Amino acid sequence: MAYLTRESILVSSLLAEVAAPHCGGTCLFLGTVRDAPDDGGVTGIEYSAYEAMAIAELDRMLAEARKRWPEVRVAVRHRLGLVPTEEASIGIAAAAPHRAAAFEACRYVIEEVKQRLPIWKKELRADGTALWVDPEGRPAVVGPEGTP
Amino acid sequence: MATGTVQVRFFARYAELAGCETTALSVAVPATVADVVRRVREAIPGAALLPERPLAAINMRHVKLDAPVGDGDEVAFLPPVAGG
Repeated sequence: MAYLTRESILVSSLLAEVAAPHCGGTCLFLGTVRDAPDDGGVTGIEYSAYEAMAIAELDRMLAEARKRWPEVRVAVRHRLGLVPTEEASIGIAAAAPHRAAAFEACRYVIEEVKQRLPIWKKELRADGTALWVDPEGRPAVVGPEGTP
Repeated sequence: MATGTVQVRFFARYAELAGCETTALSVAVPATVADVVRRVREAIPGAALLPERPLAAINMRHVKLDAPVGDGDEVAFLPPVAGG
């Protein structure tokens, strides 16, 4: 399974990857690029990654999820490059025999992605400027003040 | 004391600050990630703007700043991650 893509995320292919006869509940999470009208307006986000490490981290996250919920099947796709407002930057599907494990595993993966996945975003503003975004969603100041 | 070579990688905003995505640096070994940060900040002019305690990975695994670095290791400095 390719975790990283420069194409639109196809929900149907994520669902097909996790479908199985023993699964009675499927949870689908989509993270989409949102506008920020109060902050100058966002037309899209440019995603970049340490690709080899992102793939290795996602392998590890899914292995952790399988260990905690052995019957859950999880598929993840993260988009790179320019993603316009309203389009999905990440899709996660988790299928399980029952809904509780599907929700929990899906939640686990997105929270780990937020903590660990080496991916960065540059917000493209309506006025033509571009700003690196820090994890709290605030544009990062370039320079020593913008340190974590 | 022995000297080792580490492959240093910068990403996103840190690559812009450092003015490069990758560089080879010689360090006195045994060393820690914190030692590599100090070397980077003094050896690469733009990298002086990197934080003193950046997020780091050795050979594609997240590590703390006291993690040991050996000859031939890849040390990546990662801005605060923003995936999802």
